[in-house]
Amino acid sequence: MILTKARIRKSCDFGIVEMNLKSKSEVSVQESLLQLDLVELSRSFKTDPIMNPFSSGTRLRDMIRAIRSCKTAAEERAVVRKECAAIRAAISENDQDYSHRNLAKLMFIHMLGYPTHFGQMECLKLIASPGFPEKRIGYLGLMLLLDERQEVLMLVTNSIKQDLNHTNQYIAGLALCALGNICSAEMARDLAPEVERLLQFRDPNIRKKAALCSIRIIKKVPDLAENFVNPAAALLKEKHHGVLLTGVLLCTDLCKVSKEALEYFRKKCTDGLVKVLRDVVNSPYAPEYDVSGIADPFLHIRLLRLLCVLGQGAADVSDTMNDILAQVATKTESNKNAGNAILYECVATIMSIEDNGGLRVLAVNILGKFLSSRDNNIRYVALNMLMKAIALDSQAVQRHRTTLLECVKDSDASIRKRALDLVYLLVNESNVKSLTKELIDYLEVSDSEFKGDLTAKICPIVEKFSPEKIWYIDQMLKVLSVAGNYVKDEVWHALIVVITNASNLHGYTVRSLYRAVQTAGEQETLVRVAVWCIGEYGEMLVNNAGMLDGEDSITVTESEAVDVVETAIIRHLDLPTRAMCLIALLKLSSRFSSCSQRISNIVLHYKGSLVLELQQRAIEFNSIIEKHHNIRSVLVERMPALDEATYSSRRAGSVPAAVSTSQGAPLNLPNGVAKHTSSPLVDLLDLTSDDVTAPSSSGGDFLQDLLGVDPSLDLSHPGTNQTQKSSNDVLLDLLSIGTPPAQSSSSMPDMLSPSQDNKNSLDVLDTLTSPPAPSVQASSPVGSSMMDLLDGFGASSSVPVAENNGPTLPSIVAENNGLTLPSIVAFESSSLRVTFNFTKQPENPQTALIEAQFINKSPNIYSNFTFQAAVPKFLQLHLDPASSDTLSANGNGLITQKLRLTNSLHGKKSLVMRIRISYKMNDRDILEEGQINNFPRDL
Amino acid sequence: MIHFVLLISQQGKVRLAKWYSPYSQKERSKVIRELGGTILSRGPKLCKFVEWRGYKVVYRRYAGLYFCMCINHEDNELETLDIIHHFVVILDRYFGNVCELDLIFNFHKAYYILDEILIAGELQESNKKTIERLIDAQDLLVETAKEEANLISKLIAQATN
Repeated sequence: MILTKARIRKSCDFGIVEMNLKSKSEVSVQESLLQLDLVELSRSFKTDPIMNPFSSGTRLRDMIRAIRSCKTAAEERAVVRKECAAIRAAISENDQDYSHRNLAKLMFIHMLGYPTHFGQMECLKLIASPGFPEKRIGYLGLMLLLDERQEVLMLVTNSIKQDLNHTNQYIAGLALCALGNICSAEMARDLAPEVERLLQFRDPNIRKKAALCSIRIIKKVPDLAENFVNPAAALLKEKHHGVLLTGVLLCTDLCKVSKEALEYFRKKCTDGLVKVLRDVVNSPYAPEYDVSGIADPFLHIRLLRLLCVLGQGAADVSDTMNDILAQVATKTESNKNAGNAILYECVATIMSIEDNGGLRVLAVNILGKFLSSRDNNIRYVALNMLMKAIALDSQAVQRHRTTLLECVKDSDASIRKRALDLVYLLVNESNVKSLTKELIDYLEVSDSEFKGDLTAKICPIVEKFSPEKIWYIDQMLKVLSVAGNYVKDEVWHALIVVITNASNLHGYTVRSLYRAVQTAGEQETLVRVAVWCIGEYGEMLVNNAGMLDGEDSITVTESEAVDVVETAIIRHLDLPTRAMCLIALLKLSSRFSSCSQRISNIVLHYKGSLVLELQQRAIEFNSIIEKHHNIRSVLVERMPALDEATYSSRRAGSVPAAVSTSQGAPLNLPNGVAKHTSSPLVDLLDLTSDDVTAPSSSGGDFLQDLLGVDPSLDLSHPGTNQTQKSSNDVLLDLLSIGTPPAQSSSSMPDMLSPSQDNKNSLDVLDTLTSPPAPSVQASSPVGSSMMDLLDGFGASSSVPVAENNGPTLPSIVAENNGLTLPSIVAFESSSLRVTFNFTKQPENPQTALIEAQFINKSPNIYSNFTFQAAVPKFLQLHLDPASSDTLSANGNGLITQKLRLTNSLHGKKSLVMRIRISYKMNDRDILEEGQINNFPRDL
Repeated sequence: MIHFVLLISQQGKVRLAKWYSPYSQKERSKVIRELGGTILSRGPKLCKFVEWRGYKVVYRRYAGLYFCMCINHEDNELETLDIIHHFVVILDRYFGNVCELDLIFNFHKAYYILDEILIAGELQESNKKTIERLIDAQDLLVETAKEEANLISKLIAQATN
C-alpha cells in the first residue's frame, strides 16, 4: 500500500470538499495549497477575531488541515482552542444543524489528546435523535469520548434500550456495538434481556454482535452467565462464519466464568465442535475467508481454543478431539503466518488437554521446528510455548538448550527476554556450571539494558544451584565485576552472609575482591563487598593467610589496602558505600597500625560532611581511633558469622511479630530498677542524645551496627530486629547480628550486652578505665557508666545542670580514677560560702560522703549556726553533728559537717539538695536558703 | 482479548485509538507515549511483539503507519498479526489503495470499519465481503438521509419563495 499517494476522494457525509490530486507529483501542490489555506485561515481569524458561532466555524476537513499545517505545538493549541470555543458556543446555542460535524471535530481533537468532556452530552443528544446519521456519529462519539467509568454513561442506558429494539437493524447494530465496547456492570444488568433476545435475531449480523456483547456482559456480571448458556449453544450450530466465530468465543468465555456452563458444553457440544472443526479444516478454497491459502484461520483458532478449555481436566473429552488435533497438527501448511498461528494454537491445545503421549511428541516437534525458524515472530512464540512444555516434558526442552542459549544472545529484546526466562527454568544441578558460564560470558558483552534482566536471573541460579561455596563466591564476584551496578541489594547482602560463613575462604575472597576492584572499581556493589571484606579480613590480604592450593599469591601492603577504601570513599558518593568505607577504615585502623594516622586523617575529613550520618560517625570513629586504643581492638573485632537461615528467612519477607520492644517496655534489671530497655545502649552509642532514644529509628546507628548489638535483641527477643525500617537498612542488615549473642563466637557482643552478664560488662570497663572504677561494679546498669565514660559531649540525662556539658572524656575518667571527686562551691552568698568535698567508697557507689565547709565572709561573728538539708525521696541523707555552732568572721575559721548521701537511683538520677542555713549575727536571726544541683554527675 | 488498538505514525502521531478496556485520559496518553517510543525504535527484522506491563503488544508496520494491538499474555500473537492484516485489507478495499491521509481526513470511517471488525476487543467477522457490504449499506443510509434533508430544504425554499 502506498500511503503517500493522494487520490480523488469522494466527499463524505460532512460536506467535505473533494481533493483532486492524482499523482505523487501533485502532493507538493497539495502541500502548497494547504499553506495557502492556512494564510487565508489566519487572515480570516485576524479580520474576524470573534468568529460567529452561527457560521459554525470551519468544516471538519478544514480544521484537520489547519491543525496539520501547524508548525509548533503552540500554534496547534491555538487552533484547537479556537475550534473548541466555537464548538462550546454552538453547544450552548443548541445548534442542531452542525452538531454532528462538531462532534466529529471533537473526536479529532480528542485523538490529539485535548480535553473534550464538554462534548459528552452532545453524544447523548445525537444518540437520542431519530435519524441514522446522527445516531451513527453519536455512538461513535460515545465510544471515543466516554468510558465505562463515567457517570454520564448511565444517562444513555434508556436510549440504547430503545435502539436495541429498533426496527432498523443497523441502528440495533450500532447500539450493540456501543454496549459491547463500553458497557458498565449496571448497564449490563439493565440491558442483558435485550441482548439475550437479539441472539436469536433474524439477521446474522445482529446475532454475532449480540454474541460479542454478551461476552462483555458476562465479564462484567458473571451471575448472568446461566441465561446465556442455551442461546450460546444454539449459535454453535450456525453455518454463518461470523455467528459461529462469535458463538464459539461466547462459549469459551462462559466456560471461564461458570463451571455449570463448562460441564454443559462438554456434554452437549464437544462432538459438534469437533465436527465443525473438521469441516472447516477440510473446507475448499473460499476467497472471502482466505488468509494466505487457509480458509478462515480465525475460526480454526477459536475452535481450537474452545476445545482446549473443554478438554482441560476431562480425559474422555480430550479423547474425542485427539484425531482432529492430530490432523490439524500434521496437515496445516507452515510456510505462512496464518498456518503457523493455527499450529501454535493447536500446540497450545495439545499441551493443555489431558495426556496423550503421541500428540505431545508431535507438539514438541512442531515447537522444535518453530525454534529453528528464521522468522523472529515464530521463534518468539516457540519460546513462549516451550515455557508451558517444560512443565510437561523438561527432557524434551533440554534437548534445545544450545539453541535457547543462542536465543538469549539474540539482538531482539523480546526474544532474549523469553529465552532467558526459559533458560532460567532449564537450569538444574547437573548443568548449572556450564549454563552459568555461558550466561556470565554473555553478560560481559550484552547491552546495558539487558544486563539488569540477566543479572536478576543469574544471581538466583547461582544461589540456588551452587555446588560449593567457592564456586558461588567466584561466580558472584564475576557478576559483580561485570554488572555490579545492576545487582540488587539482597544479592550482595546474601553474598556477604555466605562469605562470613566460609571461614576457610576469607583470605581467598578478600584477595580476589582486591584484584577485582582494581579493574572494576566503578561497580558499586563490588566496591561495597570489597570494602566490607577488606575491613573484616584486611590482614589476610596483606599476609596472604589462608592460601588455597593453586591460588596465586599477591603482594599487598597495608597502605595499598587502605588505598582501596580511600578510593572508594572518594569515588562513590552514596551514603551506604561511604558509611561502609568509614567502618572499614575504623576496623583497619586497629589492624594496620602503620596506617593508623593516615586512616585517622581520612576519617577526620568527613567530620565536615554535610551528611549528618557521616559527620557523626566520623567524629565518633575519630574519637575511638585517637583516644581509645585500649578498647579499639576489641571493639572492631571481626564480625561473627552471620546466620544464613535467619538471613534467608528475612529475605523471604517473614517479619516476626515482635516489633520494636526497644522502646517503652520497661524491663527489670538486676538492681530492681525499672528501666527502658533501650536506654543503656542508646546512651552508650548515641553520644549526643539524652536518655530516651529509639535506637532503631535513627536512620542507621552505625556504631550500634558496628558493635552488632541491638538492645531489643539482647534483652528480650533474640533475632527479631529485622523489622527495623531504617533508611540504612543495608548496613543494619550487614552488621547487626541476627542471632542471640550466646551463639556468636565473638566476645564483643557479650561484653557489651548489658543484660546478659553484668560481669562481662566490667571487662569492658576494665579496659576503659584503669584502675577500674570498682564503684561501678555494684548493680548499677552498665549503660550509664559507659555513657559517662564515652560521652564526649555531655548532658545525657535529666541532670539540669549546664556546667556539666563541658567535661571531656579524659577528665572524667581521671576523676573516677581518683575516687575523690572535685570540690564544689555548693552555696555562696554575700556573707557565706559553703563548699562540699566528696569521697566515695569504691564498693558502694551509691553512697557519697560529703564534707561541708562553711566560711563566714562577713566581718561579724555568726552564732547558733545550723545547717539543714532536704533531698528528694530517692536519696537518703544522714547528717553528722557539725564541728561547731560558731563561725568566726572574715573567713578566719570554718565549721565542717559530714553528710552521707545514698542515691538509690544511682546512674539514673543525679543528686540534688535543698539547704537552709540559719544563724545569729549581731543578735539578728538570719536565714539563708538555696538549692544545690551542681553535684558532679556520676556521684 | 484485545485491550486497545492504536495507529501511530512514524512521527509518533496517533491516527486512531480505540480502547476496549478502561483507561483514563491520562493513562491513555502515557500508554501512547510509552509504546510509541518502544515500537518506533524497534528494527525491522525484530519480532513484532513487545512485552509491556504484563501484556503483549503486537504491531505491524504498513508504510509509515504502525498498527498496534495489545493482547493478553496467553493470547495468540500470530493470530493478532493476522487480525491487523485483516483490518488493513478491509481499509484498503474500502478506500481503494488506502494511505495515511485517508485515515487522517476520514478517521471516523476508519473507526466505523473497526467497529465492524471488533467488538469488546474480540473479532466479530472474518468475512471481508460481509464487512464491506455492511459499511456500504450504512453509508448509503447516511447518503439517503442527507439527500432527503436537502430535498426538504429545497422544497421549503421553493415554498417560501
